[in-house]
Amino acid sequence: MSAGWMRRGRSGSGGGRIRLGRVGRRRVQTIVMTLSVLMAVASAVVAGSLMASASAPFDTAFARQHGAQLTAQFDEGRATAEQIAATGRLAGVTASSGPYQVAQIDPPGPDGADLQQTETVVGRATAGGGVDDVTLRSGRWASKPGEIVLSTDANSVGPDTRLGTTLKTSGAAGSPTLTVVGLASSVTDSADGWVVPAEIDALRTAGAATSAQMLYRFSSAATTAEVNADRAAIAAALPKGAMVSAQSYLDVKLAADENTALFVPVMLAFGVLGLLMSVIIIASVVSGAVGAQIRRIGILKSIGLTPGQVVRAYLAQALIPSSVGAVIGVVLGNVLAMPLMGDTAQMYGGSASAVTWWIDLAVPAAALVLVAVAALVPALRAGRLRTVEALAVGRAPRTGRGRWAQRLAARLPLPRAVTLGLAAPFARPVRSAALLAAVVFGTTAATFAIGLTSSASAVTTARHPQGSIPVSVFLGGDGPAPVAAGGSAPAQADPAKVRAAILAQPGTAAAIGQSQGTVSVAGGTGTIRVRLYQGPSSAEAFALISGRWFHGPGEIVVPTHFLTTTGTKVGDTVTLVDQGVQVPVRIVGEDFDPGNAGLTINTDMATLAGAQPGLHPVFYDVVLKPGTEVAAYTSGLRTALQSSGVQVEANETEHVSPVVVAFDAMSVLLTLMLVSVAGLGVLNSVVLDTRERVHDLGVCKAVGMTPGQTVAQVLSSVVGAGLVGAALGVPIGLALHDYIIPVMMRTAGSGTPSQIEDVYGLLELVLLGVGGVAVAVCGAMLPAGWAAKARTATALRTE
Amino acid sequence: MANVIELEGVVKRYDSAGAPALGPVTLTVAEGEAVAVTGPSGSGKSTLLNLVAGLDRPSEGRVSVGGLQIDGLGEKALARFRRERIGMVFQFFNLLDDLTVRDNILLPAQLAGSARGKAATRAAELMGVLGIAKHADAYPGRLSGGERQRVAVARALVNRPALLLADEPTGALDTASGHEVRQLLVDLHRSGQTVVLVTHDLVLAEACAERTIQLVDGHVAVDRSRNAEVVR
Repeated sequence: MSAGWMRRGRSGSGGGRIRLGRVGRRRVQTIVMTLSVLMAVASAVVAGSLMASASAPFDTAFARQHGAQLTAQFDEGRATAEQIAATGRLAGVTASSGPYQVAQIDPPGPDGADLQQTETVVGRATAGGGVDDVTLRSGRWASKPGEIVLSTDANSVGPDTRLGTTLKTSGAAGSPTLTVVGLASSVTDSADGWVVPAEIDALRTAGAATSAQMLYRFSSAATTAEVNADRAAIAAALPKGAMVSAQSYLDVKLAADENTALFVPVMLAFGVLGLLMSVIIIASVVSGAVGAQIRRIGILKSIGLTPGQVVRAYLAQALIPSSVGAVIGVVLGNVLAMPLMGDTAQMYGGSASAVTWWIDLAVPAAALVLVAVAALVPALRAGRLRTVEALAVGRAPRTGRGRWAQRLAARLPLPRAVTLGLAAPFARPVRSAALLAAVVFGTTAATFAIGLTSSASAVTTARHPQGSIPVSVFLGGDGPAPVAAGGSAPAQADPAKVRAAILAQPGTAAAIGQSQGTVSVAGGTGTIRVRLYQGPSSAEAFALISGRWFHGPGEIVVPTHFLTTTGTKVGDTVTLVDQGVQVPVRIVGEDFDPGNAGLTINTDMATLAGAQPGLHPVFYDVVLKPGTEVAAYTSGLRTALQSSGVQVEANETEHVSPVVVAFDAMSVLLTLMLVSVAGLGVLNSVVLDTRERVHDLGVCKAVGMTPGQTVAQVLSSVVGAGLVGAALGVPIGLALHDYIIPVMMRTAGSGTPSQIEDVYGLLELVLLGVGGVAVAVCGAMLPAGWAAKARTATALRTE
Repeated sequence: MANVIELEGVVKRYDSAGAPALGPVTLTVAEGEAVAVTGPSGSGKSTLLNLVAGLDRPSEGRVSVGGLQIDGLGEKALARFRRERIGMVFQFFNLLDDLTVRDNILLPAQLAGSARGKAATRAAELMGVLGIAKHADAYPGRLSGGERQRVAVARALVNRPALLLADEPTGALDTASGHEVRQLLVDLHRSGQTVVLVTHDLVLAEACAERTIQLVDGHVAVDRSRNAEVVR
């Protein structure tokens, strides 16, 4: 050992500056410390950036725009404008805006086809108003009749929508045409477009009921129950039936957060894991540095170094490589975060794709503070060490710990080199604990990440059950059928004949007819979407959280959010209102369907037959018999249905959501980083241990230990930690997964189906356990090689 | 008698530009012989011993021990050579502090893959002969210097090596313990063990060895046996 690593500055005085002479002398420790901080900072920057971008858009925009906590529409035939305006002064209402008159328009497509997309246009003189300050993205606000400001979220806004383009308000002859003068956004989607109030009358259909919009903020609106109470108070203040619909900002937020909500708990989990691991490893590295240099400390103190100088030198020894690691980590984190944020930019509604500036500052600063704190304890210990004691301890470092383990291991029926290694960790329990912690964290991270990616895939499957439907047949006319070539709306084929033809086609297992509509729930306001099935629909069932799929008419399956919003549970009966007809139905199942703000119900088409006698499927999903070749089947069915005017389409069964891709990429990346840090932690521990034991290794080699036996000894010294680490890490990762997944689902407003939570197979868990041992062994491989190559004569001379 | 050690033109340089630490040296040691290598500090005694033990490689020349040329062997073959053909005793004992006396002695046999029972019997026999049986379960740190060196000797002999190498075996011992170890080496030689010891202690050399090789600046200055003297 050399004392040359610390030298006095040129002043040479007693209080002179002490600097590190050769950080490179402790090359491995320096590299490990640099890489640990680098990985921790990089993963924290990635995690922090995604968290910030995931949580920012809605809340920030809502606060900035003074978003409406309730957007209500009132029937102007049942309540006067004065009565509606008076609701803004009710107790509990802190701000309101309106009433604004509303019109519904039905803009046709470019080819004149009816797109079946009704859009809500509100008459507002200005973008502001105390509540729902609409943000103008481009252009200006409408100032005279004939002008419209479109919402960026409106269905009619596409990539070709530019200022100055015109918009026909319906396909009917003589309908008004509006010029787009601005593009704007409302955080709660209060309208699809805004015109001057004087324009509204021209846009309304003659004879149709008219409505007005009112926007509210309340003193208490943090929960669905509170918003419901506020809504009920307003409805009660007006004549019965005056409130025709009301939308809570919580529903809009839920829909906006549906994807981002998946990320936040995961980012938190990875961030906490990374942070804890870095602290443990850095503390271990610096403690190890002190432990390995006790004799050097004694020598330096014997030639006049003060305790303060020793402390400063050790802090610098930790902070210099850590600072380098932190700087590179920030750069790497930014490089890695960009594409991930780019992948998710779409789902964040076009949020900024650059890492937030304060994350680039806060993360490295926090990391360096942690390093300093972690280094301070051993540095103070080094500073306090008495000179004589340091010299003595440096010469005879054995404490006598773990001898029982050596005695026990010697009796094991294993090669002696292996038993020597197995007992070695007990001689240095604290260091071994750090090594164990590194393996535990690495295994936990890997187990957690594999579970997450499996759950993400399961979410995709659960949310897209129709992804397993290989063929669909669109009847034309109403519904989502593609427009036929030539632009004219296709004629409606006879559903019964189409179904018969499908069932007659060889290879058909089942034909499931589908249609969609909207209904309302008695006692509530607003409408909800309903999926209507004809035939054996269980093949299209969403993943069930509780209950069962419906067996026939009068039964419905609903998502979690429906139950929460309506205060019902599986087994309850609710009344649907369709075309003014009340239809009592029983809730028989809770499904995993967080789309459409978790408000889409599923039932048999016959359930609504009383309300809509002519209801029929607009398309059929076809289930094939096993072994049926999709292309040949599709071709045959097209030929069979050629004269019907229907469209037969083969579906893309391997649907991979971009959210899942981004999620998987992020999980894999963060896991690799954490596992790498775990490996570095093991490497550091084994390097320190090997360095301390180099003399003993020399003795063993002198009495005949081969290089292979030396490697076996070093590797077996970490196998125990690997096994215990895996035995702890796998269940911890599993428990973390089982805790986080329901949290994610709850945040997304849904319960958790078992197929999303129970994703681990026995083989997977065993392999993860083996992986924990592999992390430990890989981390020890390098020092084991060094130990095997160390010259025996040199090792024997090492004190 | 056959030669156990044959060194031919052996040179060891630690610095390629500097003077050799040893050599060139050419010498032989016959089976059953007891040889003391003496000389001042830095004369190359330990270097010579390390080369014979296969702990270091010569820069030039040939080293054979028991008929096996070891200067070209790989690390694995050298390890096998050390545990099968030589036993080493060091000035500072080089015992493993975390192992009991018995486990220290057993270590070379266990590394060589000897049968457990056979190795245990041999260790017990050696502990009995060397007077350390009562310390079998003690740790080296609790023994006197002389006792520790006896443990080291027992460990060196557990695999019945043809050659015993001792590097300053009394250098770290008090007078009484030094005397014990000296007598032990004498007894071993009398029992037919080939011994090469490196020492500053001329009394030890005189008592234990029938031949003394004196090194000066890496060269053999004197090679003297009790019957004849050769000065180089």
